[in-house]
Formats: sequence, C-alpha cells, structure tokens
Amino acid sequence: MLGSYRAELLKLRKRSAVWVLFGAGLVLSLIFGYLLPYLGYATGDDNPQTDGVPRAEILRGMLPERVIDNTIGGYPIFAGALALVLGAIVIGGEYTWGTLKTVLTQRPGRGTILGAQFLALATTVALWVVGIFAACALCSVGIAAAENGSTAWPSIGNLLQGLAGGWLVLMMWCLAGAALAVAFRNVALPIGLGVVWILGIETLLAGVVSSLLPGLKWLANALPGSNAGSLVFTVTDMASSDAPPGVRDAVSGGRALLTLIGYCAVFTALAVWTTRRRDIT
Amino acid sequence: MDALVEVSGLTKRYGDTLAVDGVDLTVLPGEVYGFLGPNGAGKTTTLRILTGLIAPTSGTVRVLGGRPGQADVLRRTGSMIESPAFYPYLSGLDNLRLLAEYAGVARQRIDEVLELVDLADRAKDRFSTYSLGMKQRLGVAAALLKDPELVILDEPTNGLDPAGMRDMRRLIRELGTDGRTVLLSSHLLGEVQQICDRVGIINSGRMVAEHNVDELRGEQELVVRANPKDQAQAILTRFGSVHQYDDTLRVKVTPDRAAEVNRVLVEAGIAVSELRSTERALEDVFFELTATEEKADVG
Ligand SMILES: Nc1ncnc2c1ncn2[C@@H]1O[C@H](COP(=O)(O)OP(=O)(O)OP(=O)(O)O)[C@@H](O)[C@H]1O
Ligand SMILES: [Mg+2]
Repeated sequence: MLGSYRAELLKLRKRSAVWVLFGAGLVLSLIFGYLLPYLGYATGDDNPQTDGVPRAEILRGMLPERVIDNTIGGYPIFAGALALVLGAIVIGGEYTWGTLKTVLTQRPGRGTILGAQFLALATTVALWVVGIFAACALCSVGIAAAENGSTAWPSIGNLLQGLAGGWLVLMMWCLAGAALAVAFRNVALPIGLGVVWILGIETLLAGVVSSLLPGLKWLANALPGSNAGSLVFTVTDMASSDAPPGVRDAVSGGRALLTLIGYCAVFTALAVWTTRRRDIT
Repeated sequence: MDALVEVSGLTKRYGDTLAVDGVDLTVLPGEVYGFLGPNGAGKTTTLRILTGLIAPTSGTVRVLGGRPGQADVLRRTGSMIESPAFYPYLSGLDNLRLLAEYAGVARQRIDEVLELVDLADRAKDRFSTYSLGMKQRLGVAAALLKDPELVILDEPTNGLDPAGMRDMRRLIRELGTDGRTVLLSSHLLGEVQQICDRVGIINSGRMVAEHNVDELRGEQELVVRANPKDQAQAILTRFGSVHQYDDTLRVKVTPDRAAEVNRVLVEAGIAVSELRSTERALEDVFFELTATEEKADVG
C-alpha cells in the first residue's frame, strides 16, 4: 500500500494539469478574496451610497480575522468544480491512456490501487487547502500592515475547523469526479456532467424548489452542493448577506458534515465496487 | 513437472461474441510457448484472462499454482497485453519507477531492464515522444521489471523494425534459456518458428492444434528441377517417394543425400538445374489447420 501510495503521489506531482488546477484555485481565491475587495476599498469613497458596502466593512473582510472566509468561501462551487476536475482527470486518465491494465498487473489488488489513488488525492487536496490558506494569510497580513488594521487571528480551533471543513468539501467533489470517471471510463464526460451539475443544476434546482415546490425541500437539502455550502457557512460564521455564491445555511453544520461524509463514502464505495468486478479491456 | 499455466475449457463471451471457446492450454516450466492465430482469434482475450484483467465466462484457469490476478501470482508474472500503455507525461524512467513502487521492486533493476531492451539512452525522454518501437520496448522492459518466472507477451515484436525484431526475438529466446517461462502471442508464423519450443494454434476462439515446433515442421524433402523430367522421376524413386509440385519434383529423402542424388542423375545424363532441400513450413501447417477449421464452421 505504501509503495502504491508513493507511486500515485509521483504521478500527481509530475502532472502539469494538477498544478494548473491548483494555480487556478489559488488565483481565484486571491482575486475574489483580496484583489477585487482591495481595489474597491482603495478607490471607494468614505460615504458610500446605500447599495455599497462601507469601506471599514470591506477592510475587515480582508484582515487576518477573516482569513478562513476567504480561503474556503469559494470551495462549495468554484474550487469544488476544480476538485471535481482533478478527480476526473486522475481516475479517468487511467482509462483513456489504458494505463489501468499496466497498473493492475503489477501486484497490488484493485481495491488497494484505488485506495492508494484516493489517499493520494486526499493528500493533494489537503496540500491545496494549506497552500491557498498560506497565500490568503500572507495577503491578509500584508493588508493589515499596509492599512493599519488589526492583526488578530482566529483561534487555532477555528482555523483547523475551517481548513478541515474546506478539505472535506473539496474531497467530496473530487471523489464525485473520480466516481463519475470510473462509471464512464473517461475524462471528458464526467467533467462536463459534474461541472454542469455544480455550477448550474444545483442552484437552479434550489431556486425552483424554494419558489415552486416547497414540498421537495428535503430533497434539495440532501444534495451535495447544499451541504457543502452549509458546512462552509457554519465553519466560517459568515452572515447570509455577504456570503459568496453557494454558501448558505440550508441545513445545520452537523447535518452537513454527516451528509458530506456519507457522500464521500458512497462515491468511494461505488468506485471500488465497480473497479473490482469489472473486466479491464 | 507441474505446469505453470493450466487452462481447461476456457470460454469468454462478450455479449453475442464468443471470443474464446473452450480453450485448453498448458505451459510447462522453462519453455517458450507460442500462441499463434490470425486477427480476432482470441489470443489477447486469453492472455487478459491469464493476467486477471478479465474474468472468464467459464472454465478453469491456474497460473503459477494460483488464481489469475492474485497478488502472489501477479508478483511472479510480468506481462504486456496488447499495446504498451504508460503515462504519456512521464519519462520512460519515471514510468518504470512507478511500476517498481507498485510491485515492490528495487531501483537498480530499472537500469538493468532499460539496458536489456536498449532504451537506456532515451529513458529520460517523455513517453509521449517515443516511437512505436520504443514504446514496445518499454513495454517489454516493464514486463521484465519484476524478474518474473512467467513472462506473458502479447505480440511483442509489433511495430519493431527488422533489427529491433531480431533483437527482441533473441531477447525472448534468452529469457527461455535463462529458465524463465515465456508465453507469447503472435500472428507471425516465422517468428514462432524461430523462438518457440511449443506452439498452440488458435482460430475463432478454438485451439486447433498444440505441438512441438519441430513436430509441426513435418518431414524434409529435396526439390529437384531436372530435364528430362520423366526419366529423372524414374531414377529418383530409388531414394524415396516422389511427387510433382509445379514443374519440380519432390523426393522424400534427407538433405544429406543431396550430393548422391545429384551424382546419380548426372551419371544418367540428366541435366539438373536446381537441387535444394526444403521443409514443410509452419505456414503450410497453419493454413491447413485454420482453413479446415473454417470449412468445419461453414459446414
Ligand atoms: N471488449 C470487447 N468487447 C467485445 N468484443 C471483444 C472485446 N475484446 C475482444 N472482443 C472480440 O473477441 C474476439 C477476439 O479478440 P482478441 O482481441 O482476443 O483477438 P486477438 O487474437 O488478440 O486478435 P489480434 O491478432 O487482432 O490482436 C474478436 O472477435 C473481438 O472482436
Ligand atoms: Mg490481440
């Protein structure tokens, strides 16, 4: 298992697409978390119109106190989509390149290989989260220094809880991509379907349910995106008014946590079960 | 001697296609076994089953005393099934490193196998930049990485140039004399004739023959072109049975008596314009066997 894990890490580390995805996630977080708000702050005037956010409020959003909000605020939708693409290219690539047969005839069993792949993906996602956090923390420290803002940090407990929650959200989407890749033995189709689901269908569905079919609220609240948004909402303590897209309090934090863990387990089980019993041709 | 590969009554069905139909196959330790058949005969399907990639529809399969796909069996088997498949963005070397990690093989073995297939100087280039023949050689290197007892190669000379083919055949022959057991598939008759000890011929999913390569060659003959032919034929019957083939005569006699045959003909005043030995090629046997099989299918 350890050898297989090392092999999977080597594959991930040397694959440029993995770095591109990470870079995209990082740049998105920094642009929406710091660059755009800072431009707004620097150019805004002190007495904003009614629809503007007060400058002091904008600054507070960029200080170390709120670093977790900016790190994981985009995870339910944007970074989630990138994580789904990661899962799909890593697992689907084995099918499109035909490398699955090469790997499965080495020695470890199919379950072990897939387990090692998921473990390596989990490691990669954790590194993404830490990397994005480090970049956000640097920005917030810089802004606090430049603008004489407070350099108070959230408690260690809150930091860890936020990062762990963010990791779980990304991991759930990543496993969804992996499970779809196994199902379709492909890369492009799972990416297309998954991204359309994350970016469009869930939001659409939530809107339709709340306005037309309130009786189906339980269903909308069981979907992965709602739970990802709710978990991020809970661990960041955001206000509903200034939460980024996808972050909302549909269900309680505890329930969101359990649902996401459940999704991770189901996606993993489906992928392993299918891979183990299928003919590799 | 216990067989390394024992297959009996093996059947594999893909939907309506019966890819393998009741194949029996035995590979003994230390031999180079050739699995010969035309396109679509079921060679790759059988080899996939032996490496545990696909499950048989019915029949029993034992490889190295275990079930195909078992960790202990895979550890002692090296294989290349169909086209070599590697990560295109990694170098040949990194691809082998990866496989070494999965299989638990020491690093220095990588250099050995790269040397063996003559790929050491291009090992650091990305796999996607390799030519067809280089990809094939990396595939064989990967199959040998585990220093396996049983080597399963599906059309190993596919895509190689003549020199590469010659080297590959020599390498496979050496694997056999090294005490390893090799099971290879091919649709090249000459190849199997050159490197295999035994050959199984498969056609439309069925084994039509299994023989020692020597046995299959059949008896040796002398080809004689002489004038006048009738007179020559009368004299040649003294050496063995004679039959006409195109405008030559074929005599069942061992080639070491060719000089004697020549002398007798010349002394009788017959002009000999050609005299050579020939053997029934595997090719003839192959087409005979696969053709009758097809007729049987039709009838
Ligand atoms: N995945 C699959 N799905 C359906 N049919 C298949 C599949 N793989 C192989 N077949 C069929 O099984 C039969 C045997 O194919 P196989 O690949 O074993 O032949 P082969 O002897 O290796 O031929 P070749 O010399 O062309 O490599 C063919 O009729 C083929 O169409
Ligand atoms: Mg084949």
